[in-house]
Amino acid sequence: MSAPAAPALWRLLPAGSYAGRARMMMVRSATASRRTWLAFVSGFFEPLFYLLAMGTGLGSLVGDLPGPDGQPISYAAFIAPGLLAASAMNGAVFDSTYNVFFKLHYARLYDSMLATPLGPVDVALGEIGWALLRGGLYATAFLSVMAGFGLIESPWALLALPAALLVAFAFAAIGMAATSFMRSWQDFDLVTLAVLPMFLFSTTFYPLSVYPRWLQIVVECLPLYHAVELMRGLTTGVVGAGLLGHLAYFVVMVVVGVVIAARRLDRLLLR
Amino acid sequence: MAAPTVSVARSTGRAPTALGGVGRVVEHHWRWYRRNWRATAVSSILQPLLFLLAFGVGFGALVGSGPQAAAATGGTPYLVWLAPALLAMSAAQSAAFDSTYPILSGFKWQRIYLAMSAGPITGAQVGLGVLTWTGVKMFGSGAVYVVVIAIFGGVQGPGIVVSLLAALLTGLAVASLITAFAATVENEGNAFSALFRFVVIPMTLFSGTFFPVDRLPEWVQPVVWVSPLWHGTEVARGAALGTWRLLPTLGHLAVLVGLLVVGSVLVARLFTRRLAR
Amino acid sequence: MSDALVQARGLRKSFGAVEAVRGIDVDVAPGEVFGFLGPNGAGKSSTMRMIACVSPRSAGTLSVLGMDPGVDGPRIRARIGVVPQLDNLDAELSVRENLEIYGRYFGLPRRHVKEKAAELLEFAQLTERAGDTVEELSGGMKRRLTIARSLVNDPELLLLDEPTTGLDPQARHLLWDRLYRLKREGVTQIVTTHYMDEAEQLCDRLVVMDGGVIAAEGSPAELIGRYSTREVLELRFDPEHRPTAEALERHAERVEELPDRFLLYTVDGERTHGDVVGAGFVPLSSLVRRSSLEDVFLRLTGRTLVD
Repeated sequence: MSAPAAPALWRLLPAGSYAGRARMMMVRSATASRRTWLAFVSGFFEPLFYLLAMGTGLGSLVGDLPGPDGQPISYAAFIAPGLLAASAMNGAVFDSTYNVFFKLHYARLYDSMLATPLGPVDVALGEIGWALLRGGLYATAFLSVMAGFGLIESPWALLALPAALLVAFAFAAIGMAATSFMRSWQDFDLVTLAVLPMFLFSTTFYPLSVYPRWLQIVVECLPLYHAVELMRGLTTGVVGAGLLGHLAYFVVMVVVGVVIAARRLDRLLLR
Repeated sequence: MAAPTVSVARSTGRAPTALGGVGRVVEHHWRWYRRNWRATAVSSILQPLLFLLAFGVGFGALVGSGPQAAAATGGTPYLVWLAPALLAMSAAQSAAFDSTYPILSGFKWQRIYLAMSAGPITGAQVGLGVLTWTGVKMFGSGAVYVVVIAIFGGVQGPGIVVSLLAALLTGLAVASLITAFAATVENEGNAFSALFRFVVIPMTLFSGTFFPVDRLPEWVQPVVWVSPLWHGTEVARGAALGTWRLLPTLGHLAVLVGLLVVGSVLVARLFTRRLAR
Repeated sequence: MSDALVQARGLRKSFGAVEAVRGIDVDVAPGEVFGFLGPNGAGKSSTMRMIACVSPRSAGTLSVLGMDPGVDGPRIRARIGVVPQLDNLDAELSVRENLEIYGRYFGLPRRHVKEKAAELLEFAQLTERAGDTVEELSGGMKRRLTIARSLVNDPELLLLDEPTTGLDPQARHLLWDRLYRLKREGVTQIVTTHYMDEAEQLCDRLVVMDGGVIAAEGSPAELIGRYSTREVLELRFDPEHRPTAEALERHAERVEELPDRFLLYTVDGERTHGDVVGAGFVPLSSLVRRSSLEDVFLRLTGRTLVD
């Protein structure tokens, strides 16, 4: 959350539901994940396997592709930023939907936390914070791998890390807001229904020019499209004012998501 | 206050035959499925459809009939080349999903396997019944998927029916091995995420579904050979495109049947052991 | 009672059209163990959730530790301990971590929490199981851990919602002993229960709740004295030769007819038994016992507590 937005945002949140101790929730998650370190570590490998397989295999069918500025880049360099964006989305969505739903309705974990001074906003921020911390570690590792494979063309790529965090924050906030409306596991079909097409069609694997114009417009509305464009601009060093537009998209998502999530959690947890 | 009367029939004392026991377990799942089929429709039918659109149509349009693509597919359009492999991949994927969390739930959360084996049905029958049901469902969604492929122009000839059977065999081999593994899992912590990330995802990516495996670096090749999905993909694609040769095909089938037999024996044993304690 | 730790006046809670709590007045004094007694659905848990500041009230006034839960929720929750009806321990953490992390939610320093956890493990007789995951514990151990967890912030007020439901007799007695110790240390406790013996064991004072209202209030002995007789004679008859309640009524002060037996309220159970047999009614079995809160509840509501 950017500093100037914070006070305004604050007034939109329910009073008395924030004790300023979201950090303790993150301590809890860190402690818990020590026992499931393998699952933790495995999260990094998913995009890496995609990069290895698709970059070399599919790349052999395609050859080079035009980059954001029209200059040809290798297929691996084309999909790597896409995979970085997609993995930021996938991780954030998984953490904020399945995990939160389970803790909310099955483990009743949040009920126990609300018996302490923690409020719903601590819970929401703590969970999102942990998702970001984890996502940040994965993104750092993935960017290092990209650098190792020579897929990074510009120092602007360093900004891909904070960009990945913002993208993850936006998806986590929206995901948590959506979870607060879900009644049963059956509703999670809808999550798959939203995430999988985005992963496949948001120019992760091939450029927008493949589509007819009307489909291009649809894709341009999807959040992951903006994330992919943002990352691709940064890692290839094609940086312009257009990137700010992509950024704005995610700032709006964050604000909307956090406000809805906090209000809904308040109502769900404090009945 | 008059107590309601309950008529009590004497127990028959009959136990079902081995096949009958498996049948009852399948029936249980079928009855559940009739009420809840919508939930699985997304994962079993929409998911492969989306992959078909994204790669077969979208990526296919990108590579077009360029020389690199033609060299890889032997001149066949990319969509037609990809479709039978996606059939096998989606069978393997849904096998993996159906054989992880639902199995743990049957033992631990909903405990339906315990309820089943409290009656005259044995642990082995429960395990094999679950596996059979996974196969039935896989065949059903595979058949629907074949129709979808045909609509998008991905079917070349009747060989796709053989591809469907090959996909079913592949899915069953995968399901039997993962079901056996799931029967040993006590809690969800590490096991399934690690299985998906380190086994299932590499399997789907490195089995020649989207591109020929010879495009991969030398050192990945051993991974390819042990992947049941690669064997299944070779058979399914060979059948659909009419490019198969006898000996290699028999070899692939032998591997898949062998894995299925080993997996089924393990399922029967591990279910028996877990339900008997 | 201006020094009451909890004071409610006309307290109400509704969920849509359903009114769970329909205007209750409650005062809980420092140091006492106060009970809410009633069947499932009487409104006990809703009341407890309002006192615990996790459920906004629909009407009336409520003050906890002198503060308003609607305004000072987090500050109140910092000073109370809660034992919910269903254990909600953190299954992803070990026994010890459950205590330590929970203490951290209160903002307690890490060193303090560490010492406190060791002390509470001892209190709950779980020191040997400190490294286990929660899943490996028995039901009684989990309950003890939940209670230990509720004490991590040295609460002035402890809320226990059905503390021993689902436990075997041995585990219950161990828990009662722990709660008694806390009482002696001066921890005020509010307990809900649908077990009469538990209420009699634990509570200094209690209210009987039914249908969202308070039906009676007093100490267990007062309530029994006010609403029941000294003794109760329980009679079971062969269903074929079961007398009517009217026929038995002239032998006792009051008769309750239950599906499987009659309860005859009387000062002297043995003598009443003689009278009934003398009148030609021969029961299959009979039992004379002291009146309990169960009888108070039956008298007040016309229903038994545990169906």
